[in-house]
Amino acid sequence: MIVKVGIPRGLLYYDYIPLWKTFFERLGAEVIVSDATCKQTLDHGLRVTVDDACLPIKVYFGHVMNLCGRVDYIFAPRIVSVERRSYICPKFMGLPDMLRNILTDDEAPKIIDTCIDLSKGRGLVDGVLETGRHFTRDPIKIWWSYLKARSELIRYRKAVLAGQLPEQALTKKVMNHEPAELSVAVLGHSYNVYDSYTTMNLIKKLRQNNVAVLTAEMVPEPYIERELASLDKKELFWTLGKRILGAANYFHKAQRVDGIIHVASFGCGPDSLVGEIVTRQVRRAQDIPIMELNIDEHSGEAGILTRIEAFVDMVKWRKGL
Amino acid sequence: MKITFPHMGNLYIAITGFLEELGVESVIPPKPSKAAINIGTTLSPESACLPLKVNIGDYIQALENGADTILMAGGVGPCRFGYYCEVQKEILKDAGYNFEMIVIEPPCGRPLTLLSKIRKLMGGASWTELYRAGRMAWQKLLAVDEIEKMAHFIRPREVERGSTSVIESKALKLIHSAKTLTELKEASYQGRKAFSALQVQEDRDVLKVGIVGEIYTILEPFVNLNTEQVLGHLGVQIERMIYMSDWVRANIIPDALPFLSSEHKRTAKLAKPYLNHFVGGDGLESIGKSVEYSYRGFDGVIHLFPLTCMPEIVAKSLLPTISSDLDIPITSLVLDEHTGEAGFITRLEAFVDLLRWRKAKGKTVANS
Repeated sequence: MIVKVGIPRGLLYYDYIPLWKTFFERLGAEVIVSDATCKQTLDHGLRVTVDDACLPIKVYFGHVMNLCGRVDYIFAPRIVSVERRSYICPKFMGLPDMLRNILTDDEAPKIIDTCIDLSKGRGLVDGVLETGRHFTRDPIKIWWSYLKARSELIRYRKAVLAGQLPEQALTKKVMNHEPAELSVAVLGHSYNVYDSYTTMNLIKKLRQNNVAVLTAEMVPEPYIERELASLDKKELFWTLGKRILGAANYFHKAQRVDGIIHVASFGCGPDSLVGEIVTRQVRRAQDIPIMELNIDEHSGEAGILTRIEAFVDMVKWRKGL
Repeated sequence: MKITFPHMGNLYIAITGFLEELGVESVIPPKPSKAAINIGTTLSPESACLPLKVNIGDYIQALENGADTILMAGGVGPCRFGYYCEVQKEILKDAGYNFEMIVIEPPCGRPLTLLSKIRKLMGGASWTELYRAGRMAWQKLLAVDEIEKMAHFIRPREVERGSTSVIESKALKLIHSAKTLTELKEASYQGRKAFSALQVQEDRDVLKVGIVGEIYTILEPFVNLNTEQVLGHLGVQIERMIYMSDWVRANIIPDALPFLSSEHKRTAKLAKPYLNHFVGGDGLESIGKSVEYSYRGFDGVIHLFPLTCMPEIVAKSLLPTISSDLDIPITSLVLDEHTGEAGFITRLEAFVDLLRWRKAKGKTVANS
């Protein structure tokens, strides 16, 4: 019998999915990704989380519920840190514990909750081997699968760097857009920005308004590092926050965009501070407009649409279009 | 140089003790109040957590009173508190204030930075004076904690309502104004004497409740709407998860002295079945201490944290399981600038009612 591994379409899905998927497939498992976020996902998520949790966590739990009954394992690693001296977010650190709290049923899928902590520069090898051991005892096969998976991830990241949205890069479908009049940077955590349900089709709506969309994932890592190093600030300790701050500065200084939209989920701890720093910096320079778009489970589509249109109008007006 | 610092409960007593001993002038901000919150919420990002906003209120009031340097603690994440200093600098800069901020944080491989900051703080003082200042601050912390612990014990048993609080604030004032270690000893003695002279009702049926959660909300009575006092008047003896001296012992004294940090390890061990990893801030301690309180036979646990606090949200998700596994009532109360006092007190009262009812029921079951 083929083992079925479920991967929830939430949190770091858009950052690592080619890696995870190829890795498990190479190890001989069948990978089932939960369905795209919809109202039902959110409803399920809301039912099993505390109301203080942020939207991405609620959505993630909805995806987990969507996989229950269909898979033998759910891959929900405890991702503490993916680089030196940085964390993702406290909620990621307690994620498997929170999940175990709701999957108490005997029938419920088992959780693969490998702890990934690279904050001290090591731990990757152990993490990979521990995950693989659920499927095979052969360490060489595990490592080989990991290397294949990593090259898949690198290919995916290159496609995104070249300006493709993750959804396109994953389906390997090349879409041609008409040349846009404006370009706007949409910055935020990948699980917010690319989830078309929770952001109410933000990217699609911008495109419909003839606006090209750039995201933080389209900025090469060295540029981000350089921007962060040039700031006269204490080093940030959130990986996702670093990316937003670095990308905002890069887009801003290089004058690559005509406006910036910062997407944050309500109650997001890191974003409440990083967003504040970004907004204050951009506003002080007074050259391009910036909008803070807060999303939560109550966001109304009409309200978001109005704000996007108003923002685009303003950018156009400033450019004299 | 006139140094100011944010309030957190009675921490100001130790900090001013430290600065006075060093011979540095300090400006204590007015105690947190509606005014501080109003200033803070006007200038701070809306979705930042409450401590940041109250800090801003504290700073601005102190800067208006002539302070020019802010002393602040930092951190290395993942809790937001570690990045407070940068955001607060930006906010104050945009609001048009001129100041310098000294951020004391774990050295993380750069011991020289920490050293240079301490040097700056010392001014012209010598290392002996620094040692004396440190000793003074530590003794004051211990004295404050002793008074607070006594107040927690006596308040639910007092005969005249409010008499404990009067003695407590008098004793704290004495400790605050003590200039030498001898005076400090005398102040502690006076406090103890006043407490032991207080008329108490020994046989009162007192409930025991543990308070867990985020450090600032637990320690700052203005922010937690005087939870300790309200509970005391309802006949509840409380124990806080954190007393300042314990916190300093666990965080500032290096891990190289393992016998001192064993308390922390024990808490992590207790939390393990429910939370297997550090989650930043005080999340792991909240879980571990709740388990501990249940083992020690407490009647209930109250969990306090500011709205959107990340580590405590993880804790809140897990507390219901602890509550049902270990059969101890736990309530999570969220605080922010909009928390209404009446509503909050009603919830505390309802929780205490529940505890009393459970206790009474437990007795009848045991008797039958």
